[in-house]
Amino acid sequence: MKRKWSRWSLAAGALALSATAFAQTPAQTPPTPEMVSFACAGCHGTNGGSAGLLMPSLASQSKESIVDAMKKFQSGERTSTIMGRLAKGFTEADFEAMGEFFSKQKFHATNQKLDKAKVKKGAELQEANCSRCHLDDGKDGKDDTPVMASQWLPYLQMQMDMYLSGARKMPEQMAEKVKPLSREELDALLHFYASVK
Amino acid sequence: MTLDRRNFIKLLGGASGLALAGHAAAQGKAPAVSAGSAAEIMPKGSARRVVVIGGGYGGTIAAKYLRMLDKSIEVVLIERNKEFVSCPFSNFYIAGLMPDMKALTIKYDKLAANHGIKMLHADATAIDAAAKMVVTSQGRLAYDRLVVSPGIDFMTDEIEGYDAKTPEIFPHAWKAGPQSALLRKQLQAMKDGGTVVIGVPLMPFRCPPGPYERACLISSYLKKHKPKSKLIMLDANPDVVSKKGLFTKAWNSYYKDIFQYVGGQVTKVDTKAKIVVADNFDDYEVAVANVIPPQRAGNIAVAAGLTDDKKRWCPVDAISFESTIHKDIHVLGDATLLPSDGGAMPKSGYSANSQAKVCAINIVALMNGKPTTELSAINACYSAVSETESVSVSHVFKVVNGKIKITASAVSPADFSIAKIEKAYGESWLKNVMTEMST
Repeated sequence: MKRKWSRWSLAAGALALSATAFAQTPAQTPPTPEMVSFACAGCHGTNGGSAGLLMPSLASQSKESIVDAMKKFQSGERTSTIMGRLAKGFTEADFEAMGEFFSKQKFHATNQKLDKAKVKKGAELQEANCSRCHLDDGKDGKDDTPVMASQWLPYLQMQMDMYLSGARKMPEQMAEKVKPLSREELDALLHFYASVK
Repeated sequence: MTLDRRNFIKLLGGASGLALAGHAAAQGKAPAVSAGSAAEIMPKGSARRVVVIGGGYGGTIAAKYLRMLDKSIEVVLIERNKEFVSCPFSNFYIAGLMPDMKALTIKYDKLAANHGIKMLHADATAIDAAAKMVVTSQGRLAYDRLVVSPGIDFMTDEIEGYDAKTPEIFPHAWKAGPQSALLRKQLQAMKDGGTVVIGVPLMPFRCPPGPYERACLISSYLKKHKPKSKLIMLDANPDVVSKKGLFTKAWNSYYKDIFQYVGGQVTKVDTKAKIVVADNFDDYEVAVANVIPPQRAGNIAVAAGLTDDKKRWCPVDAISFESTIHKDIHVLGDATLLPSDGGAMPKSGYSANSQAKVCAINIVALMNGKPTTELSAINACYSAVSETESVSVSHVFKVVNGKIKITASAVSPADFSIAKIEKAYGESWLKNVMTEMST
């Protein structure tokens, strides 16, 4: 064991040496929207256009919806796996920068295999129930309402399950509309949003 | 247990092995090629040029984001292989949980076409920092700035008996591709009742949770298909170096009859007798040995004199990842040694991806005489603990006083309550990160 420990301390010494051997010129400006947001793309896709079925696209989300989501992740108000842990490493200014960046990105259209009958039924339900907040067929949203259009169906279904189980809290207006709808109707709605390009 | 103890004088054997070995170190020495002796290819026109060496997690992203940020900069990406195979998730393939490596493999054609990146499939063998030239197997080419993202190579001379042919018998599978296929094949061909050994090197090495994830998935495979077999992990580190609580829980709850974690550094291998010797006074007769040798920056970084005085990692600044040894050369990913204040960026694929973007932003700033921007970076990493469950570790990095500081660091809950959903998130992670590298 002794030998291992001495190797460890040697390695640590080398690290310390190289870290101090060169004078650091600090970077000149605080993190920009690009600097803060590019790092999200490893999981959410380049410029926030997701290819992963459980990751939402952030591209074209409004600044308000991004800031709102990040604040709720940070405080724990919104249940998450990794997002709450990550959000704790950022400041509110960072959230604003993310919102600034992603709101300027082009809408990310996806191609998904979807049940056409469900899409049709969902379109009617959306018009009658959701269109006051989920504007332009879900391509836009009122205030902090997120963009639903073209999100991956598995992601939308997972979020709806969380809403229905209480793991994610529904905004009051949404709860009013969702309550009378059956599981099948809700699934049809999600099919519709996933289909919008 | 087929574990066989013998009375070797291991301390002596190990020490003389270290002193005598050296044949394998030659690959790390600077080749006797000067930039002037090779014919120049792709002569530089009036456009400013960044050359990127290495088409992996760091290099592809650096090349892509440089072009996304400034189309007036010409970008040449040098990569010896036509395809890249991801190390992250390759443990699933090794343990027979993926039919093939398709989900782990990318080609470069779409990336190159979408962003106007010039691909050069060649071996970069030397860098002339004074002349600003890269020497490749196809000729030399000029750069204004150079990004080196070489990954790792192995310090095999630290293990007695380890030579160029050793990985063909005892695969490291620490670079994904044929090595992953070999380890999988050996596990599948092994008779029930055999002993498998995984040798973990001293930190720092590529992907700190990787060996422990591999232990989980191979144990899972053995439990299901070869339940009389044993898996022994020889860890050269004083303790589990990543996600300790989570991996230990998995080993204790799922793999108790299969898996054994043992402290000990692999000091000697004998591929003929199929023996792995460790400095814990034991040697192991193995059916399959996955010896992961100690690591350093990839060969080209050592050859170019970008490594520190230990010839191991490349010291860089925390702004544009510019080498503190050679001007206008930037180093990314596993190969780097970053100034950090209380916890380095892990040598992970996600770190390399995130670093490449910081590097691209600030190279473009420097080339255009604009102010540089403070680093903000992320590491997000999923590891499987069973066929159906994964756990994650996440970090956020900022810079304080020129040094990288972790502003958030956390792992999954210890009760595996979200492990099934994190397995699914991990799959989406892979899809997005591979899509980002290839389009």
